[in-house]
Amino acid sequence: MAVLTTDVAVAAGPKAPSRAGQALGRLGVFVSVVAALWGLWEGYKWLWQTTGWTWPFAVDDVTMPHLHDVAAAFWQPTTTGGPPLIRSLLDATWFTGKEAVAGFVLGAVIGFVLALALSQSRLLERGVLPYIVASQTVPILAIAPMVVVGLGSKGVSGWKAVAILAAYLTFFPVSINTLRGLHSVDPRAVELMESYAASRWRVLWQLRVPASVPYIFTALKISATASVIGAIIGETPASIQDGLGGAIVNFNQYYSLEPTFLWATNVVCAALGIVFFLAVAGTERLVLRGAPENVA
Amino acid sequence: MIIRRRLRDWLPVLAVFAIGLGLWQGLTTAFHVQAFLLPKPTDIATSFWDNKGALWHAGVYTLKEAAGGFAIGSGLGVVAALFLARFRRVGAAIMPFAIAANAVPIIAFSPITNNWFGLLNPISKMSIAAVLCFFPTMVNTLRGLTSVHPSSIELMRSYAGGELSVFRRVRIPSALPFMFTGLKVAAVLSMIGAIVGEYFGGPTNALGVSILNDSQLFDFPRAWAGIALASAFGIALYGTVALVEHATTSWHPSARRVSSE
Amino acid sequence: MTSSTDAVVTIEGLSKSFRTGVTALQEIALDIRAGEFVSLIGPSGCGKSTLLRVIGDLVEPTSGTVVVNGKSAHQARLDHDYGIVFQDAVLYDWRTVARNVALPLEMLGWDRARRHARVAEMLELVELTGFESSRPWQLSGGMQQRVSIARALSFDPALLLMDEPFGALDEMTRERLNMELLRIWEKAGSTVVFVTHSIAEAVFLSTRVVVMSARPGRIAGVVEIDLQQPRTADTREDGRFFELITAVREMLAAGHGDDPVRRPPVAEEQV
Repeated sequence: MAVLTTDVAVAAGPKAPSRAGQALGRLGVFVSVVAALWGLWEGYKWLWQTTGWTWPFAVDDVTMPHLHDVAAAFWQPTTTGGPPLIRSLLDATWFTGKEAVAGFVLGAVIGFVLALALSQSRLLERGVLPYIVASQTVPILAIAPMVVVGLGSKGVSGWKAVAILAAYLTFFPVSINTLRGLHSVDPRAVELMESYAASRWRVLWQLRVPASVPYIFTALKISATASVIGAIIGETPASIQDGLGGAIVNFNQYYSLEPTFLWATNVVCAALGIVFFLAVAGTERLVLRGAPENVA
Repeated sequence: MIIRRRLRDWLPVLAVFAIGLGLWQGLTTAFHVQAFLLPKPTDIATSFWDNKGALWHAGVYTLKEAAGGFAIGSGLGVVAALFLARFRRVGAAIMPFAIAANAVPIIAFSPITNNWFGLLNPISKMSIAAVLCFFPTMVNTLRGLTSVHPSSIELMRSYAGGELSVFRRVRIPSALPFMFTGLKVAAVLSMIGAIVGEYFGGPTNALGVSILNDSQLFDFPRAWAGIALASAFGIALYGTVALVEHATTSWHPSARRVSSE
Repeated sequence: MTSSTDAVVTIEGLSKSFRTGVTALQEIALDIRAGEFVSLIGPSGCGKSTLLRVIGDLVEPTSGTVVVNGKSAHQARLDHDYGIVFQDAVLYDWRTVARNVALPLEMLGWDRARRHARVAEMLELVELTGFESSRPWQLSGGMQQRVSIARALSFDPALLLMDEPFGALDEMTRERLNMELLRIWEKAGSTVVFVTHSIAEAVFLSTRVVVMSARPGRIAGVVEIDLQQPRTADTREDGRFFELITAVREMLAAGHGDDPVRRPPVAEEQV
């Protein structure tokens, strides 16, 4: 039964504004929200510092640096005479980004193939699915150090191990959602294909897989974020210096001296996560042009 | 008859479990796989038994962080969803930001929360867990609150029911299944958030710290035992939510499905 | 309650245009007297559902007046003067059948004992006694619609608005529910405005059939149904029944601007 998100959908609204108008409107909202958040931050900081409240935590320039200081920090060198922060962060982002993308692709492919395999056998599905679900409760990030050290001793370089971690985090949503998508096909559509004497393979590739694409994208959006998180976190216990995780560990040690570096790093981490997510969402929009399913 | 069917449903799962466990034990013994990748299950079990006191305490400590974060984050998520469902325009404007915020690696903020609340303070990890729980709960609950059949709204209007009536009698009950979907995701995330948050520092009697220490000291059976415990607690949290879900929403179609669909 | 010659619904000069520019209704004038069973029938897009919703104050007219039970439609809605039944039963899965029927009574503030008694009464009326604790999904489509009707009548409204309530059901269930609806109508003494696509159903159930035409929605004509009351299974085999069906069909075709003899049947005409 179709479920609608609007209330009594009787009349359409007034004529929609032009595309340029819409974009401008959205930009306006974006700018105002950012400005509001900036104001909130500085306002909170000012208020707490003036009154000296210590709940939930004491506010000073170390716990809550001014946002403009954080912005300025990007152009400061991290070591005397060294390159500015933004340079090292960009290098680190590239490093971590590689891990995330590699893991993402690997995990997505494995998840997809696994789902395909499970969809062909009810028995297999019933036996294996609970483990796939349970596997998500294992805090894989917790065994990150072991994975990285262990693989390192076998000659696998650090970033590959982290990529494997990212892959692990990706494969679950992709496999679960792909499976759901493969099963979501209207049985009558399947009957139609069978009436054309279509083989099982054909039904799979021409009917089920295309039907599962929206579901897969839903999972990919979650996985994009998960891969980035996995990559960043995976680097930390293993003390891989080159990536964003390493940067976090480093700057954490100097936090009281220069809090803005850690904050700047976190901003970059956030940006990486968002950019990756938007890339997947953008691809989704291209691939599913005009599809009615709109799941955020 | 029902018992036989139940057994049949569970058989493949148990079979895979037994096979998996057997393979694990067999292969690690036969190929002398080094302990730090995969200790033998028996070694892990032994280590757990030997250290059960310390591990259990650490586990409970971390569980409290996770549960606290879950309660706060999910609670706020539900409240936010109610607010955004009532004031749709605000919700529409904010949604892209909520989606973007969800893509931010929150756990990376652990060092900062440690600085705010103190390394040894459970609140530093609880806040991470809370933020992790907030978004799935909010997004799912909001979806449930707004996915109401228009005829339902018309029906309430025919009874001269206002916005509040619609909320009370229609939106909120129909949102429950969606909310629980979000809560289940949040339950799992809260435990992971607490443990990984502890990676950036925490008291020694916390499970995440314990696991990290064990792996750095190469006591992998004990580290794995800790992980098994963390898993178990995560499943327990999830299971609790699922139980409450079953008790309150047994009327929903997804609860009535006969077999895996 | 109004006297038998009073109009329960008086509509004059009613027009409704949506902001998209579509004119759903144009200059509708209609009187519905107490105790009548009036069907609204017409092709897709003729505005019959919109007209029903205007009467129920679920849609605001662009111009014209609607008087329901001597008040404005808006006031009539606030005073709970009508019950409505949709094509979809719109029952709430989280309530038992009994609590679904009791929903409007809860909103009216009736106390528990009174609600309980009335629910029992209504379920008896629609012949679903014994299903109080059942859940909606346990019932067939026809049974769900009966619950929906019980709910609509539970607070004794003067007017019953029905929007293709049996449209989703199979023919046999439909015919059975037609008979049941007539029985209920007789017993409850309400006035019914009934939207349908089925000519046979309209003729069988009504005292009057209002035929509408599309784009813009207008009343093409009215056919008085003089079949004997109460209607029985035999009515469907009566010669007069078929004559009236033909009359309605011809009026539909004429209103649609097509001569049924000269032009081939148009697919969109739902007959």
